[in-house]
Amino acid sequence: MIHLWVFLVGLVVILYVLLDGFSLGVGLLFFSAENETEQDVLIGTIAPVWDANQTWIVFGGGALFASFPMIYTVLFSALYIPLFTFLFGLIFRGVAFEFRSHSHNKRIWNHAFFWGSFIAAFAQGMTLGGYISGIQVQNSLFAGGPFDWLTPFSIMTGSALVSGYVLLGSTYVIIKTTGPVQARAYRQAFQAACAVAFFIATVFIWTPYHNPGIIDAWLSKPRVYVVWIFPVLGLISFAFLFAHLKKRSEIQPFIWSLMVFLSAYLALQSAIFPFAILPGVSIYEAASQSETLSFTLWGVALILPVVLGYIFFSYRVFQGKIIYGEGYE
Amino acid sequence: MDVILLSRIQFGLTTAFHIVFPTLTIGLAIYLVIVEWLWLNTHNVLYYRMYRFWVRIFAIHFAVGVVSGITLEFEFGTNFARFSQAVSNVFAPLMAYEGMTAFFLEAGFLGIMLFGWKKVSPLVHFTSTCLVAVGASLSAFWIMAANAWMQTPAGFELIDGRFRVTRFADAIFNPSFPTHLSHMLLASYETAAFAVAGICAWFLLKKQNELFYRRSLTLALVMAAVIAPLQVVVGDFKGQNVARYQPAKLAAMEAHWHTNTQGGAAFVAFAFPDMTAEKNHFEITIPNMLSLLTTHSLNGKVSGLMEFPKSDRPNAAITFWSFRVMVGIGFLFVAVMIWAGVLAFRKRLFDTPLFYKSLVAVQPLGFVATIIGWITVELGRQPWTVYGLMRTQDSVSPIAAGNVVWSLAMFMIFFAVLGGSYFYFTLKTLHSGPDLTSPIPHLQLTSGFLSSTDAGAFNKEKVGDE
Repeated sequence: MIHLWVFLVGLVVILYVLLDGFSLGVGLLFFSAENETEQDVLIGTIAPVWDANQTWIVFGGGALFASFPMIYTVLFSALYIPLFTFLFGLIFRGVAFEFRSHSHNKRIWNHAFFWGSFIAAFAQGMTLGGYISGIQVQNSLFAGGPFDWLTPFSIMTGSALVSGYVLLGSTYVIIKTTGPVQARAYRQAFQAACAVAFFIATVFIWTPYHNPGIIDAWLSKPRVYVVWIFPVLGLISFAFLFAHLKKRSEIQPFIWSLMVFLSAYLALQSAIFPFAILPGVSIYEAASQSETLSFTLWGVALILPVVLGYIFFSYRVFQGKIIYGEGYE
Repeated sequence: MDVILLSRIQFGLTTAFHIVFPTLTIGLAIYLVIVEWLWLNTHNVLYYRMYRFWVRIFAIHFAVGVVSGITLEFEFGTNFARFSQAVSNVFAPLMAYEGMTAFFLEAGFLGIMLFGWKKVSPLVHFTSTCLVAVGASLSAFWIMAANAWMQTPAGFELIDGRFRVTRFADAIFNPSFPTHLSHMLLASYETAAFAVAGICAWFLLKKQNELFYRRSLTLALVMAAVIAPLQVVVGDFKGQNVARYQPAKLAAMEAHWHTNTQGGAAFVAFAFPDMTAEKNHFEITIPNMLSLLTTHSLNGKVSGLMEFPKSDRPNAAITFWSFRVMVGIGFLFVAVMIWAGVLAFRKRLFDTPLFYKSLVAVQPLGFVATIIGWITVELGRQPWTVYGLMRTQDSVSPIAAGNVVWSLAMFMIFFAVLGGSYFYFTLKTLHSGPDLTSPIPHLQLTSGFLSSTDAGAFNKEKVGDE
């Protein structure tokens, strides 16, 4: 059951990253729009879905709290500052969205939308960096200082995630738009893909230096048989991504961008498993009592398929290109 | 200041800010369900216009509610890690269920509610509205279950300072849960009804869109008329529940120091409770009234604060007054509804400016009562996070106070900006008034759908549509 929960929490986290990732990515692209019309088109691509996308973080937080309370409590105390920074970014992004549509003077909210997206994405990346770097734990509680997470490594992961979200956002925009906005999105996707490739390579070289134990873990059996699969999958995804960007495919670049994210994520997970908090807390120590796990599992088993079903439904309702002037009203 | 106090201030501030928004959306969602149901049944275009207008108010509140609500879920881990770790087995699944069922229903279908008019059939749209309303109330279900468990914990065993579940049904349906939930739901419905009524009254005083606002007002008043008296009854049940399970809280709320050994306990109508001197200044009392209210008998025994060690007493000076303000508002609402009933009976509901003015005056009081009611509940639970079992001072995270100073300062700045712009945009939306001219999407107009008066207008509008 603990393994099942690792899978489920992992699933919810990656769903959040992918779904809100492209919404935040559209926010990051916002100022590349040349006029208000184009800005409205960009906003229009995510208007009906961003709220539901963002909700996955609530689900993720709740599921993590219920299944691995120790990760939740230790991580959240240790990464207090980047997590709240992330939240403040989300808050501004969210209200900018709502208030922008009511406003005549959209400039302030345009800035709030862009900077909210940027701060949220960067802080998320730093949170990830802080998590990979390891956290001091004593008596099941965080025992480090308030700035332990702030390292060159976490700044790098922050930048990496920003470029990753630009990739997701631009490939999503390709699907949803036409004309000059789409043409620009192809260029942006190409640049972002190069940046992401660079960052992933950096992570691969840097992580073993940053966290020496990890290389032994990679090479230990039976992990050594599995651990290379996801990087290879990542390479294949990159190849397809570049090929389809060149061919000007509309849907394929987005799919392969998702695959790039997925393989990077799985590579990371397969390297960390079975640890919940590096360097020393395993998932078995961090899990809730089994009654709690099974009680919550009932909910997930019943609800998750329904949720995925109607989210699919609402994406279908709002499928198609955004055409200026029509919006969704 | 230390981490404990700072974290409490931050949690209190973020909760108080947050609760305003769900309180309105939970109630307004029900209002929208009724409006859309009327639209589908009567085909009166007025109801369609009403929906489109009030849903804009709904959307603003929903957006601010969601973003401020995520904060709260984070704060359990960031600021109250020791509490969260101790109670996680019992408490965390309730939060997880809230996220799964409620939030998703709301966030998932809000998109269709707002943007789906041209995309889905009337029935699908109505179902979406209903699901959003169900989601909003379900959200309250789980959150109130979690909070009620902190007030009257049940369904667990305490092993080495950790709470382990024995039965989830007992944990969820703990002794204070039924009254806790119904009191909050009714508060939401009541607050929303009075908020809508106040807005309508304001525009009726200015004689703008009278037909539109009259119909909106009538609906809101019907809703309020049902709920206001019901809330008083539920409030009474709640009081008895507190007396039974949280006697120290009740004693603090009533500034009742000494247990009545012979005869009934007097009700303190006015006083300044003094926690250090352990008595009330300037008190005015009504004999036997407290016994009557809490035990429904003239001489029933009511425990006084002196029965509890000093370190276990909640602050009476605050809870006494916050409780009175909340109850006062509840009764004021009932009085307004009695007046409305009399006016309606005499068919003078729409030509009594003084009545409109009072509706405008009481408009924000539902929010005030909700926030101040929560202050009573939460301060009355102190010094515990889990009543009688885990102290607040043992609940906070092992973090530096500087962290919390920083985040608290940021919250204050952000909430000032957010609150200010939220207020500005709500007023702006209200000021721009309902849209009474734009065409109704074709999809919503199946054959035979229009009443004869609307058909002409519709035919004219048809040209401009899409």
